[in-house]
Formats: sequence, C-alpha cells, structure tokens
Amino acid sequence: MTPVVDISDLTISFATDAGAVKAVDGVSLTVNRGEVLAIVGESGSGKTVTAKTILGLLPETATVGGAVLLTSSEGDSVSDVVSLTKKQLRAVRGADVSMVFQEPSTALNPVYTVGWQIAEGLRAHGKYSRAEAKLEAIEILRKVGIPDPEVRVNHYPHQFSGGQKQRVVIASALVLNPGLIVADEPTTALDVTVQAEILELLRRLRDEFDTAIVLITHNMGVVADLADRVAVMYQGKVVEEADAKTLFASPQADYTRRLLDAVPRIGQGRVRTEERQRVRAERNEGGVVDVPVVEASHLTIEYPGRFGAKGFRAVDDVSFSIGPGEVLGLVGESGSGKTTIGRAIGGLTRITGGSLKVLGFEMLDFQERRFKPLRADIGFVFQDPAASFNPLLTIADAVAEPLVIHGRAKNPAQARKRVDELLEAVQLPKSYGDRFPHELSGGQRQRASLARGLALGPKLLIADEPTSALDVSVQARVLELFAELQLEFGFAALFISHDLAVVDLLADRIAVLYHGKLVEEGTGAEVLGDPQDPYTRRLIASLPVPDPVEQAARRTLLARIQAEAGAN
Amino acid sequence: MTTTAEPVTTLPPTKPGLLSRLPVLKQLRQSVGLQRGMLIAGLALTAVFILVAIFAPFIAPYGFAQLRDASGPFGAQQPPSAAHIMGTTVGGYDVFSRVIWGAQTAILVIIIAVLCSIFAGILLGLVSGYIGGWLDRVLVVIADAIYAFPSLLLAIVLSIAISGGQSSLWGGILAAALSITVVFIPQYFRVIRAETIRIKAEPYVESAKMLGASAPRIMFRHVLRNATRTLPIIFTLNSSEALLTLAGLGFLGFGIEPTAAAEWGYDLNKALSDVTSGIWWTALYPGLAIVLAVMGITLVGESLNDLADPRLRGRKRVKEKSGTMSLTSVDRPLPSDLDIQEENA
Repeated sequence: MTPVVDISDLTISFATDAGAVKAVDGVSLTVNRGEVLAIVGESGSGKTVTAKTILGLLPETATVGGAVLLTSSEGDSVSDVVSLTKKQLRAVRGADVSMVFQEPSTALNPVYTVGWQIAEGLRAHGKYSRAEAKLEAIEILRKVGIPDPEVRVNHYPHQFSGGQKQRVVIASALVLNPGLIVADEPTTALDVTVQAEILELLRRLRDEFDTAIVLITHNMGVVADLADRVAVMYQGKVVEEADAKTLFASPQADYTRRLLDAVPRIGQGRVRTEERQRVRAERNEGGVVDVPVVEASHLTIEYPGRFGAKGFRAVDDVSFSIGPGEVLGLVGESGSGKTTIGRAIGGLTRITGGSLKVLGFEMLDFQERRFKPLRADIGFVFQDPAASFNPLLTIADAVAEPLVIHGRAKNPAQARKRVDELLEAVQLPKSYGDRFPHELSGGQRQRASLARGLALGPKLLIADEPTSALDVSVQARVLELFAELQLEFGFAALFISHDLAVVDLLADRIAVLYHGKLVEEGTGAEVLGDPQDPYTRRLIASLPVPDPVEQAARRTLLARIQAEAGAN
Repeated sequence: MTTTAEPVTTLPPTKPGLLSRLPVLKQLRQSVGLQRGMLIAGLALTAVFILVAIFAPFIAPYGFAQLRDASGPFGAQQPPSAAHIMGTTVGGYDVFSRVIWGAQTAILVIIIAVLCSIFAGILLGLVSGYIGGWLDRVLVVIADAIYAFPSLLLAIVLSIAISGGQSSLWGGILAAALSITVVFIPQYFRVIRAETIRIKAEPYVESAKMLGASAPRIMFRHVLRNATRTLPIIFTLNSSEALLTLAGLGFLGFGIEPTAAAEWGYDLNKALSDVTSGIWWTALYPGLAIVLAVMGITLVGESLNDLADPRLRGRKRVKEKSGTMSLTSVDRPLPSDLDIQEENA
C-alpha cells in the first residue's frame, strides 16, 4: 500500500531581515492510511512549517528543497506538492489534503453561516446546487457531532461554543473526504475538558473514515492520547521516530527523554508541599499568629451590562484566604473568573460585592491613592512575558521601575545595584540588564518578569498563568525557579493556571473555579487525590497524561464520568 | 540543568552600530529591489530640495525680486538664454532664480506647519486616549468637525486675518502654515489616540499600573514612545500636503507678493495667460519644482510606510538549502547558565 504522504529530504529556508534562516533540515516522514502521525517539538523546531508544506501553504519568503509526494484520496495518482503550480495546488487542497487550524474562532469567517463556509469547499471542487451543498453540510455536521445539524447549519460562528467551532472547522476539512488531514495544534486553544472531546472526534475520524492525520502539537499528553506514531523534531531535524507506545516506554534520543521529563505530572508536587509546610512551621515557631494576606468572603465581581442589560457575573460568592508564605493555586477553564480574581487582588478590577481584604485593605471601598503604598507589597507576574515588558526599556530599567515608583531609588541608574542582585536571584547574568526584551528568550523574559515582581520584596505575588506561553522544558525550569524563590523569600502567592499538573507542582492548596463559583478547595492531595465535586473529577480525568497505556485507562474513566453526569 | 552536547552559538550582537539604527538609514539598508529604488529616488529628490533651499543665495544668479542688473532691465517674457537659462516672467523676473528661492519659502512653511501641529496633536491624542471618558468624546467630535473644513478655505481666512489683506513674506508663510496646522492637528491626534488606546491594554501598561505608577508617568514613559512609531510616515505625507496648500494659496492669489519672497504658486498664477500664447517656460519650471518636491517627500513617506510593515517589505530570495539553523529557545543551556557556570568555575 502506498503511503498517503511521503516526505523525503525536505529542506526549507526563509528569507529574513537577518539573512537566510533554515527552518527544516532534511526531514523524511511517511504517513499511511488510517494512521495518526504526531509531529512533536517545541516552538521553532520546524514542525508547523513541515506540515504546511504538505498543503503548499508556505509564505513567499520560503524556499523549498526535497519532495513531498501526496497520494490523491482515490489512491490513483501521486503528485509532488513542492513542484505543483498554484492551480494544481488548489485542486489538491481540500480534496486530497486539508487542514484544521489552531484557533477555531479565527479560522471561521464571522459574517457567513457555517453551512455556507462548509459548502464553499464543495463548490470549489465541483458543481453543487445550493440545496445539494446544504444537504452535504448538514450531513457532515451530523458526523462531527453537532446536535440539530438541520438548524445549526444556518447559524453563524459566534453562536457556537469554542469546542463546537472546532468541530465545524473539522467538518469543513472533512467534507470532501480527503485522505489526509493536517491538524496544527487543534486543541491548544481549547479548555482541557473540550480538548478531550475533540481528541475523541479525531480518533473517530481515523477509525470510521480511515483518514490519515498529521497531528502537530507540543503537548505530550495529546500525543499519548491520539497518536499511532510519533516523530520528535528538534532544530529542524527529526531526532526520533517510533510508534507511540515504544516512544513513551523507552525513548531513545537524549532530547526526547528530556522533553518527557519536563512534562509536569499530577502527584509530583506532594513532596515539595510537605517540605514547604515544614519550613513554614519552623518559621512560625516564634508564636506569631497568622493573619491572612488575602481574605475573600462572598466575593462577587460583576461586569456592567450594556444599556440596562443584566451585568455579567464573573465571580460569584467566592470565599478563600491565603496565609503568609502560602501558595494558593487557582485552577479553572477560560471564563471561570480566575484571572478576574487575580486582577481584583491587584487593584486592576473593582469588586462589586462581598469583601476582599488584601494585606488588611478592604477592596470594596477602593481608592488608588490609599492603596498605592500597599502596592509595594504586591508583585505581579503576567502571562505573556513578551508583552509585559515595555519594548523600548532595557531589562534593567524595567526591573528598576517599581523601585523608582516607590521612591527606593531616584532613577534607574541608582537602582542598578539592587537590579543586579535581583537578576542574579532569578539566575540571569547582570549584563542582561542592558538588553532589550526582544533580545531575550521567552524563559529568560519570564525570569526577568519574576525579578520585577520581587523587586520590592513583596508579601504577596500574583502569578497569572506565568508559564502557559512557554515551552514545556522552559516551563519546567521557570517553575523550579519559582519554587526556589518562594522557599527563599517566603512570600505568599496566588498562582493562577489552567493546568492542574502545574498548579500541583507549586501550590500548598488548590482552589477550583467553575463558572465564577468556587467548587472545591483543599490541599493538593485532597483535591487531586479524592475530588468531591463532579466538575473537578471531570477536569482531572480530562487531563491527558504522557503515557499511552495509562491514558487509555483514563479515557474509559472519563467516559464513565461523563455517562454518570449524563444520567444525573 | 545538565550540560548538553549541542553547540551553543553566540547570540547576535546586541547593538548594531549607531548608523544603522538611524530611522531612515535603517530602512535604506533593509530595502531591496523596487522598494529600494523608490526610497533612494525619494531621498535624492528631497535632499536636492533641502540643499537648494539652504544654498539658494549662492545658487541663484539673481535675487527673487530683482528686475534689472548692471546691463539694464531683464525684459518681460524673454525666452531662455545664456543670461536667463529659464527665461523671464511676465513681470520681468528671472524664472530660474525664483524657482530656486521658492524652495526656501516652501521649506519654511513645511517646518512651521509640522512643528506647530505635531506637538499639540501628540499631546492631545495621548491625553485623550489614555484618560478617555467625556474629554475623549469632546475632543474626537472637535477633530471630526475640523475634518469637515477644507484647508484651503481656512488658509484664505487665516491669511486675511494674519496679514490684514497685506501681502508679506511672514504673513503669507504663517497663513499657509497655520491653516495647515489646524487641519493637521486632528490627524496626529487621531493616530496617537488610536495607538494609545491599543497600548493602554498592553500588559506592560497594566504592569506599570499594578506597580502604582502615576498616570503621567505611564503616559510619557510607557505609552508615548511606543505610540509614535508611525509618525515619520504621517510626517512626510503631511509635508507634501503643506507644500501643496502653499502653492494652492499662491495660485489663488493669497500668496506672497513677488517683492516679499519667491513662491511657486504665485508664479504659476501669473503664468496662466502665457501658456495660451506659447510661452511655456514661465509655467513649466515652477510647476516642475512643485511636482518634484512633493514627489520626493511622498516617495520617502510611502517607502517608509511599506518598509515598516514586515508583510509589505520585500526581501532577497534565498538559495535552496541555505541559511543557518535558527536556535530554538528550548532545551539548550541558556547563555546565562553558561555565564554563571563560567563565573562559578
């Protein structure tokens, strides 16, 4: 049997302002019918560029060498995508190979109905009357699991949820029944529970339609869940290729092993938590009574609605507290209100009900002037390290900002000594202070961000998804650094994340938010080991683990939980 | 972290030389092909324009208001000759000298107009965008209202108000410059306001807020410099518009009397009747001067605009299998780790 796609000795170079840059270097891969090949690697490894070549979707600045042989969906002809003309490429795309994009909300055009968008693919490849095309669209929507497809086909993208939108995107990729689907990080933009559903759908495609799938992802859990074979890419080369079970059981390449080690797993954090508690107990032996750093009781935050419409309640009757030196992990999916709580504690969002005491200050009657002195005791680390630095200030100037604002230094130059100490504390050399943010890698920037957050020796650090923009191995080291610094300086922290495994690594206690409500709170062992709330249970079961065998077991567990939830 | 076998390439040099960081030179080095040609042509035309304006007293053989020399009057509408290489006008002035001196007037108007509008526009845009609320709404309405005014009409009113109907060098220049200023302020205002509103939501501004920085500090340290990136482009495009308004004013007869300064628009106006009687040189040269000066500045502006956008910027094609592998940020000892290792050793 001929493979669906056969990539041999693929080399791709890009023209950039700094001269030629090679993105892919001699990659050879094959994918067979009904097989899921996962291409894994971290950002910049060339995985997306490789996959885009299969569709001929490279920008004009790219130069391609090698061959990409694509078998048509009927299996009767083979063409080299690299040498096809634009017109021939159009005939191949959609019919023989199609693509599922990362962000479903931008992959769909907001001004057309989803039915129209699915039909557009049909019309590009053959003659269909309006009614025929619509029938086909309804049929394919039913196949990807959209309920009431006869009605939904006339709906616009904004009327669908994120997971449903991704289903629609998959439907439009599937409508011409191509032999190969390239899925570029198809679940990265989705919540964990939704991710599990989309992975289930992709698995069905492989089993029922015999479609070959090239899955590009950085998430080893997703790979373990779906892939039959795995190719690990590093710096434009395939460093290891093996079937999934073998790869996870006995990784050969050095890089693969390190990559797998860096993936956080649930349960790793318990040892650390115990150690932290011991240290804290020693500190508190002097008999100091713990006054909580943050105390929220029946906290409610509402965003005003438009013109008399009812406001949106982002946080609903939430109570929790963070003691001195304690790390509270706040977990929830997008829209659960976790970031809003973080912003409220930092005084960026006003609270509308209940009570929130930050370092003894009641945020309900917030006044910037009275709150300002307290800001020295609150550090903040943002999600995207690239965006949270002013691109025109050097790292040293940015880290010196809090010192200057709170009068600890007259100007950035005067603060330089303290800045150097801080940079050293986060394991950056002093000389990096003179660099601009874009001259640092993502992990280095997030370290600098930590240095800025700690500049004034805060009693409380709020970290809002500090590692979700980072690659796995970089994430592992930033988390390690965070834990070390926390142990050393003893600040209390609110650690906000959507990733249970990450929170488990760092937090003493974990709070789970769902639709603005606090559904569960307890130590890591309590929440993760014996979850009480059905949502928490579903969340934990949805989290894919980087081990195909264990993941298969978890899948059945998740199916049972969902069946139970359905029965209730 | 354990050391790895991967070779660590040094990072690119941190700071390129001062020359390559200057705004226009940087773009010149970046550009290739047609874009480079356009930029160079524009820069050359603009440079000639500026040099002529500066050295007008040395280049021009006669003064702008000179009617006679030692050998007697020039005579009206004389065709080009050795003594008057572009001929003379209906008023008996030397066309070549007036074209040269006209550059000086034009550049004065550009400088005054842009200087007056850029500061006010930026400040208003920054404050309006950052503070928002009713202040923002009122300023936007005013800016919209000013857009509805034709700049030429404003210029006519201003020129009457400033010079009281009397023509003078500074009266004419100020009338043109200030009327343009009024129209330009909303342009700078809108651009800076839009950028400010975008930047206001950036995490680094939130981060500054979280640190407790005051509003003026955030505005001027964090927002302003990031908001001014598109200004060179508007700046050049506005310069050419200023030049055109001045010429338009002169053409309508609200310009500067020939005894006060040389002005291309005025000369064109006086040349109107010549064209029908076959006297081409009085209209051609001032007209050409306007076209070339405006084209030069516009070309610079347009090329800067294209080069500022990485998607519009052209690049040389690379050979197959060329280039060095770019390092992924991942899983290699960070240079910082190596430095620390060295320091420890």
